[in-house]
Amino acid sequence: MSLRSPVGRVLGLGSAKDGTGHWWAQRVSAVALIPLTLWFLLSLLALPALDYATVRAWLSVPLSGLLAVLLVAVLTYHSYLGTTVVIEDYVHAAGTKILSLLLLRFLYVLVGGAGIFAILHVAFGS
Amino acid sequence: MPARARPTSPHVRIYRWQIGNSLSILHRVTGVVLALGLLALCYWLTSLAAGERSYAAAAAVFSSPVGLVGLAGWTFAFLYHLLNGVRHLFWDVGYGFERTQRHASGWLVVLGSIALTAGVWILVWSHRT
Repeated sequence: MSLRSPVGRVLGLGSAKDGTGHWWAQRVSAVALIPLTLWFLLSLLALPALDYATVRAWLSVPLSGLLAVLLVAVLTYHSYLGTTVVIEDYVHAAGTKILSLLLLRFLYVLVGGAGIFAILHVAFGS
Repeated sequence: MPARARPTSPHVRIYRWQIGNSLSILHRVTGVVLALGLLALCYWLTSLAAGERSYAAAAAVFSSPVGLVGLAGWTFAFLYHLLNGVRHLFWDVGYGFERTQRHASGWLVVLGSIALTAGVWILVWSHRT
């Protein structure tokens, strides 16, 4: 006879309080990043120069702006998922762990948000 | 205390190093390096949005010796993480677990990422002149 409650069996998450969600999100964002990062690298290599006017003109093209926003968003998410695991693996003291995970999350929202805002600022011109 | 030292489970200092665990560690290291690269990418984008002078300042940082070493390092870290990530995705769907396949794909990732990094920077260099 199982000692697990019916609710526990339905949720199926166990004592870790987390299923395969983190793992799966990492794979999905990884697959999305294959075309996005390659597009970014090849686009930069294809530009005649990387001066201010050229890069701005390139990012002002709607398709470039859209792909750049998606790149920064997915990159931020994927990187956040990865570095979270690194902290969870090496920081053991409960207080320091929670604090560093919290700081990491805020930092990623700030950096990703700044990157996306910058692209939109260029794309919508000023 | 036992009379003789008992066998302990594999640990960093007594673990026999091989391509499998080395590349696994390198995947994590390049991931952390690329997290710093994201910071640099967003700094570059922000400088572009802030105007011509701040962009020139960022360009000076990236084209300085330290900046170029960083960019070359991020290129390798990205290409390695990309190729080894694809290797992991193949494992996730159940392919390439045999010993020979693991070793072959591992070396392919190492040589491929070095060759592609060189290719990118030869292209960048030929662009400049």
